[in-house]
Amino acid sequence: MISKNIQLDEQGRLKHFLSIEGFKRQHLVSILDAAEPFANVHEQAVKKVPLLRGKTIVNLFFEGSTRTLTTFELAAKRLSADVLNININTSATSKGESLLDMLHNLEAMHCDMFIVRHSQSGAAHLIAQHVSPHISVINAGDGCHSHPSQAMLDMFTIRRHKKEFSDLTVVIVGDILHSRVARSQIHALNTLGVTEVRVVAPKTLIPTKIETLGVHVYHDMQTALVGADVIIMLRLQKERMQGALLPSENEYYHQYGLSEKKLRYAKLDAIVMHPGPINRGVEIASSIADGPQSVILEQVTNGIAIRMAVMSQTLGRSSGGNV
Amino acid sequence: MTITSAIAPLELNNPLALETLLNTMYQAIKTKVAHFKKDDVIMIGIHTGGFWIAEKLYEKLDITAPLGSLNISFYRDDFTKIGLHPEVKPSQLPRGLDDKHIILVDDVLFTGRTVRAALNEIFDYGRPASVTLAVLLDRGGRELPIYAEIIGQKVTLEPGWQIKLCGPEPLKLVQNKC
Repeated sequence: MISKNIQLDEQGRLKHFLSIEGFKRQHLVSILDAAEPFANVHEQAVKKVPLLRGKTIVNLFFEGSTRTLTTFELAAKRLSADVLNININTSATSKGESLLDMLHNLEAMHCDMFIVRHSQSGAAHLIAQHVSPHISVINAGDGCHSHPSQAMLDMFTIRRHKKEFSDLTVVIVGDILHSRVARSQIHALNTLGVTEVRVVAPKTLIPTKIETLGVHVYHDMQTALVGADVIIMLRLQKERMQGALLPSENEYYHQYGLSEKKLRYAKLDAIVMHPGPINRGVEIASSIADGPQSVILEQVTNGIAIRMAVMSQTLGRSSGGNV
Repeated sequence: MTITSAIAPLELNNPLALETLLNTMYQAIKTKVAHFKKDDVIMIGIHTGGFWIAEKLYEKLDITAPLGSLNISFYRDDFTKIGLHPEVKPSQLPRGLDDKHIILVDDVLFTGRTVRAALNEIFDYGRPASVTLAVLLDRGGRELPIYAEIIGQKVTLEPGWQIKLCGPEPLKLVQNKC
């Protein structure tokens, strides 16, 4: 568990954004509120605002990403910041330079923010502990632990469709075991006070003691979907799977894939979400991914606004910017 | 020519005083926009006080484009000092500002920094033919070369005092120490 202190400064303002844990409801609502006006910036003829002019933001992606990297980069650019994307494969770390040495070099170039994605849980937290006080660190996904900006863009998307969190039943379907997105979503949904969070997956893809996070565990998808307002489908993370966790992709789709037939068990106005990238025909039918209840592409668009909000709040904390 | 009201000094507690100021602005704006084609005029109020004033004026004026609301939070020059305001409302501007005549409305004109930010934001939406600044009160103290063509009234405040508009219903001018 990441302590609250490292993410907030002495005045209680957002300094780093590493994990949903440690934030209270008002912190999360403040980020959601801050994102609202940023969602309109793309309507301007000049699609940017000068808020972070003169700031330098470094994308440190030790793990592959298209959506997250691109939306972080776009968010920074729409705030008029300068962005560096470090290609880790060709950087000096591949020549044996340690991670912290590389960070100190980037600090010496007067950068203001590191956006970190890493396959090791806790990587962003480690970096946040070692950077100079003026630098903010944002976790863009660490191992199986946390992906807080993804969870917040999901909360933003849910709020735009459903208004009140307190009336909602949210079902998260799929590879909970390997999903940092699911962990962050569960923390965010419970902090925002939804009625019920359900997780549904085969036993092999549900971590032990997941109930302690405040969720109800289901293994039968149809039962889990009854009365659902929001359905979040997760990607089957083949690259993280070791051992025989699943019989076959076909069998998985039959049991846990979201088909038209299964969707009928949810509420008529239920929205279908997916953090992407989607495996069509593995966890979700194409007709649903492209259908009227899908908000999957809206999630991508909202990702830019949420990331703009988090960047502005962390870098605008000199004496204000309370969360 | 700068158009100002004749009444002085400002009677803060008299609701009629505010009406008089609004009427002065209304008359001046009406005269100003008479030179333009009706469809070419766009009124924009600066969030929040300027927008409240603009709402009152817009009701009486014959302007076809919807009233715009401008929130300059993302364009302020003191962001790194004061941070992001936690409750920023999005700007709502009518589509297509190119070649339009904009009446930009604010409540109190002081240093001119808010108007500088507003102009920058407007030009990120398009290239208007002209921008006319209309304010309820001009309290002097400019730090930038910015001036209002339409003014409800000029006021002089004691050092360390500020004047602000509270609202939206009822609108009321309040003077207090900073």
